[in-house]
Amino acid sequence: MVTCPECENSVVPAGTPVIGEIVECGECASELEILTLDPIRAALAPEIEEDWGE
Amino acid sequence: MSRAEPFVVLASRVRASEKRILEVLSRRGIAHRHIDSRAWWHPLGDRGAHPIVLNREIGLARATYAAEALEAAGAIVVNSARATALCGDKWRTSAALVAAGLPTPRTAIGLTPEAALTALESIGYPAVVKPLQGSWGRLVSALPDRQTAETVLEYVAALPSPQARIVYLQEWIAKPGRDIRVIVVGGEALAATYRRSEHWRTNVARGAVSELCPMTPDIAKLAVMAAQAVEAEIAGVDLIEDGTGELLVLEVNHGVEFSGLQQALGDALSVADRIVDHLVEKSRSCCE
Repeated sequence: MVTCPECENSVVPAGTPVIGEIVECGECASELEILTLDPIRAALAPEIEEDWGE
Repeated sequence: MSRAEPFVVLASRVRASEKRILEVLSRRGIAHRHIDSRAWWHPLGDRGAHPIVLNREIGLARATYAAEALEAAGAIVVNSARATALCGDKWRTSAALVAAGLPTPRTAIGLTPEAALTALESIGYPAVVKPLQGSWGRLVSALPDRQTAETVLEYVAALPSPQARIVYLQEWIAKPGRDIRVIVVGGEALAATYRRSEHWRTNVARGAVSELCPMTPDIAKLAVMAAQAVEAEIAGVDLIEDGTGELLVLEVNHGVEFSGLQQALGDALSVADRIVDHLVEKSRSCCE
């Protein structure tokens, strides 16, 4: 479980968390990136850049 | 990277699709490593390891340079640097599709906004202007008439990047409120979804709804040929139907997201498993 840095909601990643994983806060819909696993910490994910895509 | 870790997943952003692939590699006991491309660097001339690299980097510039550097070092990169460069640029994709003789909307490139305005007289109105790079329908604009085109192209002319002022134009296709996304892996069309929307941009990122589309021989054949045209081993091929029902290839995505498709598929087929199958087969064939 990680704490959303935007609204302090508790966010539970699905399955086993992975470093770099993007999870969405169910409260404020912010995208969070998991930075560390032990202890588990997350920060706001980077903003979309111009050349991002599929 | 070493032989002990024959598979590398390169990604700065672990979305649901990347996580599924990593989970499949772990579940099947396949030695692998996830490398965050934001921390990756490579000394030119180093040819010490030859892993199979699944390039899932979301940024086109990083994905392209990483693929080129890794291939120069002897790694096998999926998708290849060439496929990434072709898919990552709409003009290069269109040129490859036309060269392969595949049906695609009439397309033109204007090297300046002024030239694009002239090109539009040939393409006709309505038309569509798209940025050369990018996904999810971002900055794709409808040009219903010359007046709108003049306004949009005036904004394009003011963009700071020289590449952004190269104008990619396509004829408007009156599609039936949906397009078709086909996942192709290793020359096989695995599954397809309709993406339906009230909006003319039928991107899921713009609110389109995904539902399974029956895989017909025509859809499968065209999607596989489109992936081959841009040399993509793993691809998300976007097809549209014109007013007569004929299928046209719109674009091919080299870093296809498939979590929505997987949800629609349920347990019928695991896209991540099929991607890993392809990597394993690739590893076998290149090491024999």
